[in-house]
Amino acid sequence: MNSTLIDSLFIFMLACFIGFEVIRHVSPLLHTPLMSLTNALDAIAVVGAIVMVGERKSEFATVLGVIAIVAATSNVVGGFFITDRMLKMFKSSRPTK
Amino acid sequence: MNEFAGSQHVIEFIYLVASALFILSLKWMSSPATARHGIWAGEIGMVLAIAGTLLHHGIVDYKWIAVGLVLGSGIGIPLGMVQMTAVPQRTALSHAFGALCVTLVGTAEFYLRTPNVPKFMMSVLSMEVILGGLTFTGSLMAAGKLQEILPQRPITYKGQNLVNFLLFGVAVASAVYLVVHPEAKQLFSLIVGVSLLFGVLLVIPIGGADMPTVISLLNGYAGLSAAAMGFVLQNKLLIIAGALDGSSGLILSVIMSKAMNRSFTNVLFGAFGQVQAAAAGAEEARPVHSATAEEAAAILSAANKVVIVPGYGMAVAQAQHKVRELYDILTKKGVDVRFAIHPVAGRMPGHMNVLLAEADIPYDRLIEMDEINGDFPQTDVALVIGANDVTNPAARSDSTSPIFGMPILDVDKAHTVMVIKRGMSPGFAGIDNPLYYLPNTLMLFGDAKQFVGAIVRELSGGH
Repeated sequence: MNSTLIDSLFIFMLACFIGFEVIRHVSPLLHTPLMSLTNALDAIAVVGAIVMVGERKSEFATVLGVIAIVAATSNVVGGFFITDRMLKMFKSSRPTK
Repeated sequence: MNEFAGSQHVIEFIYLVASALFILSLKWMSSPATARHGIWAGEIGMVLAIAGTLLHHGIVDYKWIAVGLVLGSGIGIPLGMVQMTAVPQRTALSHAFGALCVTLVGTAEFYLRTPNVPKFMMSVLSMEVILGGLTFTGSLMAAGKLQEILPQRPITYKGQNLVNFLLFGVAVASAVYLVVHPEAKQLFSLIVGVSLLFGVLLVIPIGGADMPTVISLLNGYAGLSAAAMGFVLQNKLLIIAGALDGSSGLILSVIMSKAMNRSFTNVLFGAFGQVQAAAAGAEEARPVHSATAEEAAAILSAANKVVIVPGYGMAVAQAQHKVRELYDILTKKGVDVRFAIHPVAGRMPGHMNVLLAEADIPYDRLIEMDEINGDFPQTDVALVIGANDVTNPAARSDSTSPIFGMPILDVDKAHTVMVIKRGMSPGFAGIDNPLYYLPNTLMLFGDAKQFVGAIVRELSGGH
């Protein structure tokens, strides 16, 4: 195990703690949009696929990579889109300040 | 690994900014007032990250990247426009897509690097494809069940848990062998295949009522597999996004499993959803009181405090807009109307909130279970629309009931309970609900949408 991997483990651990703390404070009211938002953010995996396709190391990797880009991009676009539509619907009965 | 080229520093810096934006994005989701800022932060982070990645020095060909991005956007737009009632299956489908991306990239990475894969790398790579593979097929099965392409009833057979356990064991054992003997590369396809099969078998025994837990769990798995992919590619942004998504999914599964009175380990090992073949024997005809829309309208207009309890049945009947009309007309008459939301009402976390918000019901009228339960004794009418097990008082009192111990909405403590229901058939879990036989309960038999519509007509005609 080299130091980059150790660094990565540290980052992972810290990000998990941040995730737990931040998500714990999300109102249950918004659990559905929360899920579609994290899904869109998770689709950042598309960057891995982009590099793989762009480097053109093998035909096999390129084919799998293009499918991966399609799948992840549909999550990015669809995920943000539907989250926004949902959040637009949440209105308070009190006048907005 | 390539040495850092000049552009690589720029990319790393962009990823740093994107990571911060992603965290802010989730932080702003904590309240409806700031949640839309959260989306913008997420979108800006995403665009920056993708644009930054395109600067990567190793990229020699942009043609196929462009094709993928355009095709993906083309599929994403209709997926973002689905009806709100279809949100659970859309969510399951997007978990499948996310996991598919991770699994494909992991597979390609393996074949590019084999047989020179360091041990740690091989371990996370196996984790990536095992979690990714089972999430892909598992989520597809969940989406199929929610869309009712597949039977919603649990599909069970003898020794199911043993088969699942063995399959998972095979995947893990092959992964361990491959870590120790990196030259045995044919094992990799076995790992992927077994994980895909495992995902299918994991979800088929799960019934519709357990979907909130399953979807949350699959969400968590999708996040963890993405984080594993971040380790493989040494991409910190991916590790962070995956960790955030993973912790979000796991927190939601814990909340859901608590709301169903199941232990977290029970959920983790997928032993949930084993609906006990309920003792549907005692079918003696107990008397119930039923009422017409006219009578229901009279009781509602005489009430001061009304609590409406929505459930999956409301979503199926698409009754949320009629419910809004009822809310409007009662509020105009000076009745205090609130909604009691059980955490597992519906098919995914927060499902009822989204449907009611879609029908323009103000979100401050949607009250969580713990907050509203104390108010039921002072409530004149509790109107249950399409909810069943979450209102079953047997969960409090009858230790032989399969749902004993599950936190419920104490609707039976209201002065009058009205239940809109198609007929006397038991709920999804096949458990009889003693609520229906209480002296203060009135059964309103009919389709939720039509019945609420009839009450609304009575209320508006009567004035």
